[in-house]
Amino acid sequence: MTNLKMSNKNKDTTINIEQVRPDAKMQSIALSAWFGSKQALKDINLTVKANAVTAIIGPSGCGKSTFIRCLNRMHELVPNARMSGQVLLDGKNIYGNETDPVQIRRRVGMVFQKPNPFPTMSIFDNVAAGLKLTGTKKGQNLNEIVKKSLQQATLWDEVKDDLKKPGTSISGGQQQRLCIARAIALQPEVILMDEPCSALDPVATAKIEELIVSLKHDYTVAIVTHNMQQAARVSDFTAFLYLGELVEYGDTRSMFENPKSEITEKYITGKFG
Amino acid sequence: MINYTLRKFKNRLFFVLCAVCVTIAVIPLLSILYEVVSRGAPQLSINFLTQKDADGGIGPAIQGTFILIGLTSVIGIPVGVLSGVYLAEFGNNKYAASIRTVNDVLTEFPSIVVGITAFGVVVLGIMGSYSPLAGAVALSFILIPIVARTTEESLKLVPNSVREAALALGVHKWRTTLSVVLPAAKGGLVTGTLLAIARIAGETAPLIMTVLGNAYFFQGFSSPMDALPLRIWRDSLQPYANLQAQGWGAALVLILIVLSLNIAVRMASRGRLRR
Repeated sequence: MTNLKMSNKNKDTTINIEQVRPDAKMQSIALSAWFGSKQALKDINLTVKANAVTAIIGPSGCGKSTFIRCLNRMHELVPNARMSGQVLLDGKNIYGNETDPVQIRRRVGMVFQKPNPFPTMSIFDNVAAGLKLTGTKKGQNLNEIVKKSLQQATLWDEVKDDLKKPGTSISGGQQQRLCIARAIALQPEVILMDEPCSALDPVATAKIEELIVSLKHDYTVAIVTHNMQQAARVSDFTAFLYLGELVEYGDTRSMFENPKSEITEKYITGKFG
Repeated sequence: MINYTLRKFKNRLFFVLCAVCVTIAVIPLLSILYEVVSRGAPQLSINFLTQKDADGGIGPAIQGTFILIGLTSVIGIPVGVLSGVYLAEFGNNKYAASIRTVNDVLTEFPSIVVGITAFGVVVLGIMGSYSPLAGAVALSFILIPIVARTTEESLKLVPNSVREAALALGVHKWRTTLSVVLPAAKGGLVTGTLLAIARIAGETAPLIMTVLGNAYFFQGFSSPMDALPLRIWRDSLQPYANLQAQGWGAALVLILIVLSLNIAVRMASRGRLRR
């Protein structure tokens, strides 16, 4: 932990060692983000702990999605989007000059709000796509990896006889689990989920939630949700964002039972949002 | 009680007006088709399709048209598709915006001007003679803007979520475009390219000044060559009824080529999509 001097595209800063938390898989330091002139995130300092599920909650437009998109450098793909501050992955700034965003995205996978399997690929190819298109096969057995990923995403039993069918031919809930399998196949260290259940029915939602809880044994998970019951059910830690600012962060149970901030209490009791 | 009669009448009137306009638009097309088929069909025979002019056939013209379509596709489709990819996937800048404008102008460029340009550059300059290559270059000038435009449009129809899905897996931008976005846009790409080929297959003006026309089969890249539009044009100027009739036959063959090209590629792309 001594060699922590790092440069940033926006400004050269030295990370203050006291700021770095040893139990953090990912950590944002003074993270701000803009779309054009509109500031979406203001000075966020947040920790995503290893092998745990961190939920990010808050009303629409509070910057939840922007925040997790900063964690795998997807934010910068939006035209006119920019950010400042740092995001550490295992203590290293992912916005450092020598860091390749493509490498970061291989380590930090993402599942989106709407299931988005590749429309021209079969179920098998969708799961294998990450390995094939990034050229990271490393001589491993592709069939084995696809099977294992689909099993981990609890989809294998439903599709094992239909692997050649198009990825878009299965139901929405299955498609979302397919997208999770696709992310898992690359063996990322962190999986980000941007409201993964908002387009799904309750049964499919329950399956995905079960899956999220099981994923934390092997991965670090950060999930954005506007469903507070969901946050309470699946997460170990919760962060509440409001108007681009981090209002409260803590372990999920104490935050829901005993919120420190008044806004948090109002939000989790459903008074607004 | 409101009287709906007037409203119903207006509704009816509008419907009839639209139907009449559609009919007016279709009448010339059907009449042309009828004329071409009724006058051209009696000409069709193996001899007519395969023999050279002196033996009463249009073989050189058919051969020339296929050579031109082939050469133009080889030159024009890669350039057009890659231009479209640039405009759609990397075109968020001023350079691309100006290219887009120029491209739109080129799409509507008078083909005779394109012909003169190719005549000046390729026939007089590079080849020193009339040449199938000059014709292919001229037709490429017409093909490229159309293909670029339709490629851009069909790539833009691919939802951004698909691109993000690939990028979030750590796939490079170029690989995402090549392996994910282009296949997803394949239908539109094929259709657009096909329309462009159909368009250039019927072009006459640029060919007059580049491949000139020939009564014999292909004679190399530095000799004039025949093509169906040229043959139709030549025959139409003849005072002899039998040559005029051959012109009608050539016109029917050209229409059939464009039509079958259309159907064939459509079926091929559909088959691949179903898999």
